[in-house]
Amino acid sequence: MNATSSTVQIKGLRDSLLVALTGETWEENQSALLTQIDERASFFQGARLVLDIGTQALGVDEMVQLRDLLSERGISLWAVLSESPKTEKTAQLLGLATRLSNKPRVEEKRPSAEPVGEDAALFLSKTLRSGTRIEYPGNVVIFGDVNPGAEVVAEGNVIVWGRVRGVIHAGAKGNRQAIICALDLSATQLRIADEVSATLKPQKNPRPEVASINKDGRLQAELWQPG
Amino acid sequence: MTAKVVTITSGKGGVGKTTAVANLATALAADGKKVVCIDGDIGLRNLDIVLGLENRIVYDVVDVIEGRCRLRQAMIRDKHFEQLFLIPAAQTRDKNAVSPSDMVRVCDELRPDHDFILIDSPAGIERGFRNSIAAADKVLVVTNPEVSAVRDADRVVGILEAEEKYAPALILNRLNPAMVKSHDMLSAADVLDLLAIQLIGIVPEDESVIVGSNRGAPVALEPKSRAGQAFRNIAKRLQGQEVPFLDLDKQDGLWGRLQRLTGGRK
Repeated sequence: MNATSSTVQIKGLRDSLLVALTGETWEENQSALLTQIDERASFFQGARLVLDIGTQALGVDEMVQLRDLLSERGISLWAVLSESPKTEKTAQLLGLATRLSNKPRVEEKRPSAEPVGEDAALFLSKTLRSGTRIEYPGNVVIFGDVNPGAEVVAEGNVIVWGRVRGVIHAGAKGNRQAIICALDLSATQLRIADEVSATLKPQKNPRPEVASINKDGRLQAELWQPG
Repeated sequence: MTAKVVTITSGKGGVGKTTAVANLATALAADGKKVVCIDGDIGLRNLDIVLGLENRIVYDVVDVIEGRCRLRQAMIRDKHFEQLFLIPAAQTRDKNAVSPSDMVRVCDELRPDHDFILIDSPAGIERGFRNSIAAADKVLVVTNPEVSAVRDADRVVGILEAEEKYAPALILNRLNPAMVKSHDMLSAADVLDLLAIQLIGIVPEDESVIVGSNRGAPVALEPKSRAGQAFRNIAKRLQGQEVPFLDLDKQDGLWGRLQRLTGGRK
């Protein structure tokens, strides 16, 4: 066994191949993977690949390049598993899966009464288009719109400086104090903790709104009052 | 001469990608440009039908890629224009017979001798779509004023933007001004509001488009067709000319009158 085969670990799944890359750098990983594939071309031919790349942060260029290299070899890249939020985001933007459906989600519902801390927030300065899913274990701030078909799942609050027409889930792990605010809240669905709201009607003259869970335990959106 | 590669795509099927390719190719050729269109919908080809070239196919793009013929042999000359060619898709294979780098290679071989290469992308966001955009210099996203088509277009625009090398432009196809007026259809403003990309053309709904597609004679050839005019304008804009958008309200008056006559909505 040489160095490349220890960098690349392959495991058969029901309908795909899970390849774990454990090399130090991305260059090392990619070349080790391609070497493996070229050596065993018939084994990989037509395979659906799930890549586990650990904590490495991959940008769009790198992932597109890898996908094209794989597709030239008759392999389709189906999913990229990673602990790096950047890599996950890249994969999501390219329409790749980021978790295996038969792998149970690690998160479990744990209702917590404590208010959301002011520490962690993810700031996104762009419009989220259909098919984009943002998950973040803290607050999310979006400077742009959330289009229909896009999803934002945050453990904390979600603030959108723009229009919300997709799905927003705040307090995703059970925080009922979480809030959702937006300049125009015409979301297809809003969720806070385990409360779900029905469709909000698009408004003629949108006003900023804040959604939260009220005293009766129902999810409710109210116009924002300055001051 | 180095050709501009323009891919026409949509996400959702049936919104008029193939019709748009046939009409833009025809309009560009009518302006004296040397044009090749490539049908990227391997396995479900129909650009040949819309151009009326079905019965002339001998070789297809997969034959070229797999080396069974030279590129020239797979290029079918159009019935109307000397300088317009079609490279058809294979009907008996699937999308996996072609890879993105194959498409780049074919386009690179065509580039020196042509002005425009138009690629007709299949619906969806999978392999066939990837193949079709691989070589693109410009991507045109076709959508209808329907919520589902716009949703899919949004997805495609998101994917294109994520790759950072394409600046997609929008063709809004089959807009019915009377229905927009009666608030039964999304308006161009509604669609642009959501997609927020450059608009390259609005094509009004026009029955002659369907007739033309079935006959293999694109409406861009018909001087009186409004849809044909819209496609000719888009072709001009692709060549970098500034052309004002059609005044759809003029049509609207006629539409409205016709619909009142037939007892339809006002």
